[in-house]
Amino acid sequence: MVAIPSLMFYVFIFLSVYVQVFFLVTFLENRKHILIRNGKMKLSRYPKVTIVVPCFNEEHTVYKTIRSLLYLNYPKDKLQLFLVDDGSTDGTWNIIRKFEKYPNIKIFKKENGGKYTALNIGLEHLETEFFGGLDADSFADPEALVRIMSYFEKDASIMAVAPSVTVYNPRNFIQNVQKAEYHMGVYLKQMLGFLGAINVTPGPLTIFRKKVFDDLGPYKHGHNTEDMEIAYRMQKNHYKIAHCNDAYVYTSTPGTVKKLYRQRLRWIYGFINNTFDYRGVLLKKKYGNFALFTLPTGIISIFSVGYLFGRIVYNIGDFLYSRLIEFQVVGFHFGREVNTFDPFFFNIQMSLFLVVFVYLIVLFAMIFGRRMSDGKWRFSPAMLYFFPVFSIIAPFWIMKAIWNTALSKVPAWR
Amino acid sequence: MDNKFDWKKYLIVFFITAGLFATAYYLSEYFGGRKVEELKSIQDKIAIDILSSETQFSLLSELSCKNISDSVFSGQLGELGNKLEWSQNNLGATEEVSYLRKYYSLLQIKDYLLTKKISSRCGTKASFILYFYTTAENCSECERESLVLTSLRTKYPELRVYSFDYSTELGAVEAMLKIYKIKDTELPALVIDDDVLTGFHGIEELEFMVKKSFKLQETKPLEENKKSAS
Repeated sequence: MVAIPSLMFYVFIFLSVYVQVFFLVTFLENRKHILIRNGKMKLSRYPKVTIVVPCFNEEHTVYKTIRSLLYLNYPKDKLQLFLVDDGSTDGTWNIIRKFEKYPNIKIFKKENGGKYTALNIGLEHLETEFFGGLDADSFADPEALVRIMSYFEKDASIMAVAPSVTVYNPRNFIQNVQKAEYHMGVYLKQMLGFLGAINVTPGPLTIFRKKVFDDLGPYKHGHNTEDMEIAYRMQKNHYKIAHCNDAYVYTSTPGTVKKLYRQRLRWIYGFINNTFDYRGVLLKKKYGNFALFTLPTGIISIFSVGYLFGRIVYNIGDFLYSRLIEFQVVGFHFGREVNTFDPFFFNIQMSLFLVVFVYLIVLFAMIFGRRMSDGKWRFSPAMLYFFPVFSIIAPFWIMKAIWNTALSKVPAWR
Repeated sequence: MDNKFDWKKYLIVFFITAGLFATAYYLSEYFGGRKVEELKSIQDKIAIDILSSETQFSLLSELSCKNISDSVFSGQLGELGNKLEWSQNNLGATEEVSYLRKYYSLLQIKDYLLTKKISSRCGTKASFILYFYTTAENCSECERESLVLTSLRTKYPELRVYSFDYSTELGAVEAMLKIYKIKDTELPALVIDDDVLTGFHGIEELEFMVKKSFKLQETKPLEENKKSAS
């Protein structure tokens, strides 16, 4: 009767525990290699880097984004900036034009064609050994670039380095919850970096060797997640991606649930469809942990969130139905339910221990992620809100993304 | 490339996860076992209460009813019933739980017989409902009837409801089923003052019958009950 759903429940719990333990073991293996640097650093050689800022209607943030690049601790003559206006309809172009006179800044204006086309303009004009982008809603820490470049200096086989992305100036509840989530993301990204299994090279300040694009071609549409598609392409071709945990980039995050929903819908849709496009990689041993861990984990999490949501909806429905029957049979009796609490009725199931265990590891991930990005060992209440908030709202964008995939409807950027 | 597939790690993580599962399983078994222990101790206490009441009753049967203390009515029977039902739903219908349920049925019958005796002899205010239901099949009428009875019981503390699962394999329960000629096709079934009612009965109807039962006792506490019992 209830055997199959509860068996599935335990399968999903097993897999979630497995994933969390896998991350934890990776952490324990590599904890000595986690480098958190303070202050300015020097490189023995400063290779030339080009950073492209693709903009579409970003008049509120683009000035600050460009300023943050100009403040980077990197020799000015080694840093080339391309500002690309992707057919903005607001004041973005006027702001960009103010930077035209800078010797190391080039500006471009084109018809709107999507972020990947703006990045490709940059690639077409690329003359340097290294290439990166910075989304026009994000701001780089002055030390970010030099720390990223130190990774390339250390290891010639590294083809791309992703920074730690955290939330810029969180003002409201939903942004604070995202801040906790991004902290967890920093930790997980670092672990995936150790595993050689990173699946996104985020728009904010990932730096690539030029060779990546020379060999693999320019950016693609990638279901509106071009930064995921390029990472998949690199993994497929065994190009190494590292994560530099102490290179900080601050990004503006959606301030409302509705905007967050749109953003996540795009991400999950991108994940589902890029994974589908690269399905040949999945579970193939030669593609390493990316194929055997990252992608399966993403797929499992989509299924388990869908399943858990179904379960919660079923339980709520069941509860309401029994209340309805009770109302029909005996009517309302206020205050009748006031029972003194008896610990006997506290259900100590096996799943309870496992769920608590998973939550504790996730909490650790957030706290350690914060340590890696803020330098502080600190707990914040948002870390606890994260669980209920995301478990209520995440199923909606996940299911919508599945739905859109089924109808092959690409979600808009915003 | 350092992203070669390290199968050992996958295996180690698998064993750690399996170990965590086993630990969680044993912990839940441990707490489940503690609950069963708690149930057992409540049952033992009730058994002592009933035995003590019976003894008290036989000791005092030649004397006046004044000496019957309030403690004869074991208030914990209802609580035990709730806990057993919860255990059946949440710990699973294990052998231990079903054994405890049998024992509980027996205690209910004993309590019923004793309370009835005391009430008819000493005229204490009490009304009885025997309730037969089933858990073997999906019985939505039973669920609704249970809600009615729970509500009635909170309203009338003197009302004693004894519930029996039709499928309990216990001679005493089977004897009751025979006495009142209750068939499994007619569940839920209720016995109030020796009247057998089958199918669902609403709260108004039962409340009326319970009130009537109380009234009968008030007028002729002794004879009336003896008559209906015979």
